[in-house]
Amino acid sequence: MQPTNLDAVFGALADPTRRAILAHLTDGDRTVAQLAAPFTMSQPAISRHLKVLETAGLITRTRRATARLSHLEAAPLRDATEWLAGYQAWWDESHGRLEALLARLQADPMPPRSGGPTE
Amino acid sequence: MSETRIQAPDGVPFIDVERAFDAPRDLVFRAFTDPDLLVQWLGPARYEMVIDTYDVRAGGSWRYLHRDADGREYGFHGVFHGEPSPDGFVQTFEFEGAPGHVALDQLVLTEMGGRTTVHTHSVYQSIEARDAMIENGMAEGMNDGFGRLDTLLGRLVPVA
Repeated sequence: MQPTNLDAVFGALADPTRRAILAHLTDGDRTVAQLAAPFTMSQPAISRHLKVLETAGLITRTRRATARLSHLEAAPLRDATEWLAGYQAWWDESHGRLEALLARLQADPMPPRSGGPTE
Repeated sequence: MSETRIQAPDGVPFIDVERAFDAPRDLVFRAFTDPDLLVQWLGPARYEMVIDTYDVRAGGSWRYLHRDADGREYGFHGVFHGEPSPDGFVQTFEFEGAPGHVALDQLVLTEMGGRTTVHTHSVYQSIEARDAMIENGMAEGMNDGFGRLDTLLGRLVPVA
């Protein structure tokens, strides 16, 4: 399996139309016409978005009769989210605590030392 | 709402972390450099943070550890380079579980309209070392990976 190109994955996910297309594909494979239906966009414009998603490895496309079906590939999405998940969670929680601390410090510039109940 | 933006681009051994806080820069600087304040926020709450040394000056060294509920300790240490100021500071950063793999962190604080943005740019010795830091150094949340995938896919639902 190809290693996930995280830049390409995150770049592809940065666009709301492409995220909407991926959401539709979680229900099953779709043709370009089916994917274009909810949008005011032309089919060629949707095809360009599909090309970006395909390059990022987020979808694969197969030809069935005259229709071209798009298929959601979950692995790159999983890689992209799992890879940073632990690191992101670490900083999210740290920064959430820092935000709360800064709010407390501004509410009371000289707070008592915040010892635990055992102190 | 503020959120922490983390970027680990392909092809370069960097990690960039950025977050804005609703506080003046001097106070944010204090929260990063006063050991009594630092222990109150750095790392998830389930770890006890213990500061061994925190000598905030050019050439001063720092060392702290995070201790989990089972008593396992994860130590980190480094040295401040240049005089730390509310503009920011530069430090080396070494996880004691991977001795010899030293990152260079540059922290920049910018204040605008009463809000302070903290940007940390970390340079690792190699892309492999950078990736190992992300994968293993703070891997606590890795088990949540699938839960987070569900959350992300939930977020993919188009907004009407």
